[in-house]
Amino acid sequence: MSEEISAEIAVKCSGITKVFGSVVANDGIDLEVKYGEILALLGENGSGKTTLMNMLSGIYHPDKGNIYIAGKPEAINSPMDSIALGIGMIHQHFKLVEVFSAADNIVAGTKGKLRSKSVVRDEIKKISEQLGLEVDPDKKVYNMSVSEKQTVEILKVLYRGAKILILDEPTAVLTPQETEKLFNILRKMKAQGCAIIIITHKLGEVMDISDRVTILRKGKSVETVNTAETSEKQLTELMVGKAVELSIERPEPVNVKPILNVVDLTVKNTEGSIALDDVSFVINRGEILGVAGIAGSGQKELCETIAGLQKIEKGAVLYNKENIIGKTPKEIINLGISMSFIPEDRLGMGLIASVGMTDNMLLKTYKQGKLCFVDRKPARALSKELIEQLEIKTPSTELPVRMLSGGNVQKVLLGREIHSEPDLLITAYPVRGLDINSSYLIYSLLNEQKKKNTAVLFIGEDLDVLLELCDRIMVLCHGKITGICDAKKVTKEQVGMMMTGSTMEEVLGIG
Amino acid sequence: MTRLISFLAHAVYMGTPLLFGTVGEIQNEKAGHLNLGVEGTMAMGACAGFMIAYKTGSLWLSILAAFLMGALVSLIYAFLTITMMANQNVTGLTLTIFGTGLSNFIGEQMISASPTGNLKLPEGVMNSLKDIEIPLLSKIPVLGEVLFSQNIFTYLSIIIAVIMFIYLKKTKTGLNLRTIGENPAVADAVGINVVKYKYINVLIGGGICGIGGAFCSMVINGGVWMANSVNGLGWIAVALVIFAVWNPARAIYGAYIFGAFMVLKYYFPKDLGFTVPESFFDMLPYLVTALVLIITSVRKSRERSQPQSCGINYFREER
Repeated sequence: MSEEISAEIAVKCSGITKVFGSVVANDGIDLEVKYGEILALLGENGSGKTTLMNMLSGIYHPDKGNIYIAGKPEAINSPMDSIALGIGMIHQHFKLVEVFSAADNIVAGTKGKLRSKSVVRDEIKKISEQLGLEVDPDKKVYNMSVSEKQTVEILKVLYRGAKILILDEPTAVLTPQETEKLFNILRKMKAQGCAIIIITHKLGEVMDISDRVTILRKGKSVETVNTAETSEKQLTELMVGKAVELSIERPEPVNVKPILNVVDLTVKNTEGSIALDDVSFVINRGEILGVAGIAGSGQKELCETIAGLQKIEKGAVLYNKENIIGKTPKEIINLGISMSFIPEDRLGMGLIASVGMTDNMLLKTYKQGKLCFVDRKPARALSKELIEQLEIKTPSTELPVRMLSGGNVQKVLLGREIHSEPDLLITAYPVRGLDINSSYLIYSLLNEQKKKNTAVLFIGEDLDVLLELCDRIMVLCHGKITGICDAKKVTKEQVGMMMTGSTMEEVLGIG
Repeated sequence: MTRLISFLAHAVYMGTPLLFGTVGEIQNEKAGHLNLGVEGTMAMGACAGFMIAYKTGSLWLSILAAFLMGALVSLIYAFLTITMMANQNVTGLTLTIFGTGLSNFIGEQMISASPTGNLKLPEGVMNSLKDIEIPLLSKIPVLGEVLFSQNIFTYLSIIIAVIMFIYLKKTKTGLNLRTIGENPAVADAVGINVVKYKYINVLIGGGICGIGGAFCSMVINGGVWMANSVNGLGWIAVALVIFAVWNPARAIYGAYIFGAFMVLKYYFPKDLGFTVPESFFDMLPYLVTALVLIITSVRKSRERSQPQSCGINYFREER
């Protein structure tokens, strides 16, 4: 039964099903994008967005269902097929070779002979000028900012003549200004007749950029709506499947008093360049101090210094007036500084991926056992308590934590840290990659800690969340503090400008 | 002066097997595979090259055999690490032990089967292994005697190194290969056939190592079969890759510098009033290797470093 499909439709997926073992990742998904249209693909984690896109880019092969490109049924068996069909995917984690120049990255893998540098440069220039992209073809990727890297990714896809673009969470690491720039480029590409699919969690951006929205939930495509006829609230409800309260509460800080005082701190990173440059600030009990900044502005070094994992160049970190520089992590933990540090790869520093919840709980309490023996009972009890309290989805306390989904891993880590009733909680990107429900649960856990008069240092990337959740926001740019401001009195654009180097005085017009 | 020239010429001669090993290993590492089996691959090449020359009397067949044997041994490595995703270090080490042992075993069997009780290459082959003076070039003072009055293997190694340099730096295929070595996921996403590239380059790299082995058994040993003819040169080649910062052109002079250290004992002045024990000179290349490893690990340069995915197997659906 071949149905007639208009060639104006760039991509049509009908009844796509993909099963991994016993997990149905995609269950009869329908999706349609026209040329000259931007479609937003919305869905919580695990709703099957990435799986679906991986089938369009040739990484997976659907078990059932048909894909039509420009009106013709196509079998996409490999990335090569996908590229040949004019599909270009821009991955969330950039697929670039760090030590290559922009030009080499763009050319690698294309058909034909290696052409001279000047020819390649001209071609790149031609494409860039059409869209107003700025890129230096000879610049090495490791010298580029995140936004520049993304530009290279886009050029890479366009150089291959892609007319269908898929962007997987492209704005996750961009400042508001960079996001606006990206959206302008996307609008120009749309005007030139490209079909664009954009995957994002941020509802504001969906409303801003897309023409239509397809919502996935638990592997099914539940609805496709015209952006002009919908609202953020409706989208959330479709995505989650029930009504959700979208505002984050922000209780007034009480009993505010300083607990940690960072004075003139300078730290070098592993490559030997300055990561934190003469940084001074205070963290108070009973408040959430947010840290905003482009990735790599010194956030990691800041956390690790407070936790005692970093050597410093100069400065002091005073905890209740006692300098903790030079103390070992154990001595710092004994002072009551609990740190939940969640780097990009969650299972890196916080938890041991290959063991179960119980053993992960033990990491903090193993010293309490009698003699040289480890007492696993309290740890197991704590695991069970956390599973119940935080609604962690796991069949057993002994299942290796790497088998859990991202949100559940996060809950295990945060649950363990909070259980030790710290005076200071440091969390870096605690909601990275989490869906709306889990994110809000984490926010309320942090708020609970704040109410218990704990000091919370929150390193975040979503400015909307930082502005709603935190009491004060400290902005880092290239290791320097460009401003510490009252979260209630500052706008997203102002924070964005500080993230790129403007000082608070310039931005807020003070002084 | 003549003493210095013959020292340099000898250094180039001893650097030849190192150059084969180094270039072969560079090709492996550019494909993202740290192959510690160079020593074993060279040993098998040594065996195949020698035995074919012994049986057929043809130099070209023996070089071809050494290449094919090197590629065949590397096929084991390639299958285990690329297809079966086995640990590269363990596989490479195993290959070294296996290759060295099998090479010696075959040699012993051949010796006991031979009527004279030893294996000697036919006269014809030995003649074609003599130094060849390249017309005109060999007349250049110093350089002519050092570089252009060498045997066929030495010329072949330089040609292979230059071709490898052009391949890696100047061709699309080379760019694709380097992309794989840096980040196979990137290569995969742009439609490069990662598995195919890896197999082809690991095999060719192994073949090049194999020819280096043949030089050891056929030339260095003077045409008589001896066990353990490679004798650690494969390991020095692995270290030389780092010294040459993964650049086949730099590997040429890197190999000759190490060749110089290996033959220094024959040219060290004897009338200095003190004697240096010979065992010190035997140790020297390895000591220098250790020093090179220390120096290069301190020096940090993003471009001049090991391909990033080297040592890590690639599986597309891993998340």
